[in-house]
Amino acid sequence: MSTAALLHIDNDPIWQLPSRGRVGMACVILAESAVFTIFVVAYIYYIGRDVNGPKPQDVLKPPIFGTICLLSSSFFIWLAERAIERGRMQAFRFYWAVTTMLGALFLADTGVEWRKLLTQDHLTISTNLFGTTFYSLVGLHASHVIVGLLLLSVTLVAALTNKLTPAHSERVQVLALYWHFVDAVWVVVFTVVYLVSAR
Amino acid sequence: MATTIMSDPNPTREALDERASTDPGGRYLDTIHSWIVTVDHKKIGIMYICYALVFLLIAGMQAMVIRIQLAIPHNTFVSPFTYNRVFTMHGTTMVFLVGMPILFGFGNYLLPLMLGVRDMAFPRLNAFSFWISAFAGAFLYFSFIGGAGLAGTGTAPDVGWFAYAPLTEKAFSPGHTVDYWALALILNGIGSIGTAVNLFTTVFCMRCKGMTLLRIPLLGWIYATTAFLVLVAIGPLTAAQIMLLIDRYLGGHFFDTQMGGSAILWAHFFWIFGHPEVYILVLPAFGFANEIIPVFSRKAIFGYPAMVAATAGVAFISSGVWAHHMFTMGMTSFGNTFFTLSTMLVSIPTGIKVFNWIATMWGGKIRLTVPMLFSIAFLFQWLTAGLTGIMLSVSAWNWQLHNSYFVVAHFHYVLVGAILFMVFAAFYYWYPKMTGRMLNERLGKWHFWTMVVGFHLTFDFMHIPGLLGMPRQIYTYEPNRGWTGWNEIVTLGTFVQAIAIGIFVYNLVHSYFQGEVAGPDPWDAWTLEWSTQSPPPEYNFAVDPIVASRRPLWDLKHPEDPDSAFE
Repeated sequence: MSTAALLHIDNDPIWQLPSRGRVGMACVILAESAVFTIFVVAYIYYIGRDVNGPKPQDVLKPPIFGTICLLSSSFFIWLAERAIERGRMQAFRFYWAVTTMLGALFLADTGVEWRKLLTQDHLTISTNLFGTTFYSLVGLHASHVIVGLLLLSVTLVAALTNKLTPAHSERVQVLALYWHFVDAVWVVVFTVVYLVSAR
Repeated sequence: MATTIMSDPNPTREALDERASTDPGGRYLDTIHSWIVTVDHKKIGIMYICYALVFLLIAGMQAMVIRIQLAIPHNTFVSPFTYNRVFTMHGTTMVFLVGMPILFGFGNYLLPLMLGVRDMAFPRLNAFSFWISAFAGAFLYFSFIGGAGLAGTGTAPDVGWFAYAPLTEKAFSPGHTVDYWALALILNGIGSIGTAVNLFTTVFCMRCKGMTLLRIPLLGWIYATTAFLVLVAIGPLTAAQIMLLIDRYLGGHFFDTQMGGSAILWAHFFWIFGHPEVYILVLPAFGFANEIIPVFSRKAIFGYPAMVAATAGVAFISSGVWAHHMFTMGMTSFGNTFFTLSTMLVSIPTGIKVFNWIATMWGGKIRLTVPMLFSIAFLFQWLTAGLTGIMLSVSAWNWQLHNSYFVVAHFHYVLVGAILFMVFAAFYYWYPKMTGRMLNERLGKWHFWTMVVGFHLTFDFMHIPGLLGMPRQIYTYEPNRGWTGWNEIVTLGTFVQAIAIGIFVYNLVHSYFQGEVAGPDPWDAWTLEWSTQSPPPEYNFAVDPIVASRRPLWDLKHPEDPDSAFE
């Protein structure tokens, strides 16, 4: 009987466990999704409940340029992931730099939009419910973009100084997972804020 | 540089400085230093547990203050302002600074040992999570001296542990008391999420060879599920706290009813966190029962896959029951029906668990040691708590008893009768592993019986003033309500419980120095933590274990009849 146990072990395929980085990042993404869900729910719940203006349909214009930048950055980071996996560091540096730049452009676009809202439309976070929910939801997303940009920049510096090697491919992919998440959240925020509430 | 963060398989090797041992002053400092900088899951686990025990005593004393104040009508033991602060801090402390840390502590300590590995998945994140939680606890209690509110009235938070809006808005709670509460819970939440990431990842990515998913000790499944619930539930709390701070500091209107904001939305957000939180706290208690009951019944756990499925079922259903805390706020009849039914559904997976524990004991050679006594009491008390839970889930019944002492009695039956009892069981069961010495069995039995008597005096009789209409969170009451006698019995019970806790603390300290030496496996148990020394060396296992069944130590002790032959 005891040999049966030993045989069982010997016949086991190679002992492989899921990647800690990916599972850990998936957990972080789950927790972050819960936070975003609550802010999105609050935004939707308060649509049309303002007691004074400005209203979303009066002042919001879909930030098409920023959205194109952010969503296409997901494509370029995917190209970068593929490049580092295949050891093509030159291509990786290029795609990674493009990703970082596109993220920065998105942030700049948000900045321009907020400047217009604050100075021309006089919408601040305390003006009305729309201001409160808009700035906190879009701001929460923008703060995630900032965190992502910091991580992307650190990686970019490491890549440009040749500290990053194809051995770091998995870590780069874990970081890319976060960036994909930030992009996916923007799809939800864009739909809710610019398509649903500003209709 | 970055390579050391994630891929180092043996992250903790502390170099002991031999020279320091000659100088006692230096040695103490070195010991303290080694605990502060440690990333060892066992040390962090023990720090979590000690941290929680300190707050357990503090919040227990706050409970005594509440009970003394309510013992007789028109009592003025404390002022109404102090009373509000005391019950707020009692609830907040017990949930965030006692319940979660003590369970995280046991999880941290036990999981790598049970899974046969040398540390958690992310040891540094682990240390970070503990220290930020510790800071959050200190920060919350700093409000007693730092949180000046209305002149002379507010120091510590005094808005209740669920802090309903709009009471928490700047207009009604000036000063910084609510800010201390919100910021402390945000920080604590970051720590909880960090630990949850770690626990979940550890269970799925850190297992010794042969430890397939269906061979993990059930405690592993329990902690993975708890971690999942933490990830899902703490986010909403954090989000709601951020909204509250935006309201208070930036002039936002989330919960500002004058500008169209909704106070009910806060209640929803809070209870979307608050109800899963109950299961975050109770699931590890189930996990302890899963490990302790089989060992002292001398039988393998009954229905392992059903237990795993029931655990997942509890987590899933408990995420959709939150509004049963809000029946009296006014919902549609669809809402009432939905949340009544979903709440009742929870009793199916928990019922499966109770039946499985009974079936495990059925026909077993039961050893009535202290951990087993606590587990048996847990079974009875958890059942009773579940039954009053079903009563309260019926929205029509709930309308009568909402926010009454019946509710207080119900959830203390869960928190004390089930969770605290299983935490005590876990202490008696794993203390030998953590310290190398047994807890005194005779003192343990005194502790157990005093605790049982005190618990039932307090919380059985607390249901009755609730049924007679006594609301929770009241400062005092009239003598002609018929509540006085019941409240006196309840208060008497808390003193008995205090004696029980006193015996327990004495036992912890006494046995640490004088207890019987435990040896590696004092209970003749079957999971991997009992295969290494007590206390385990820093590297846990000198050789990485290989397992072939759910009970590796049984296989080792009974080579003629191993479990692995039947898998």
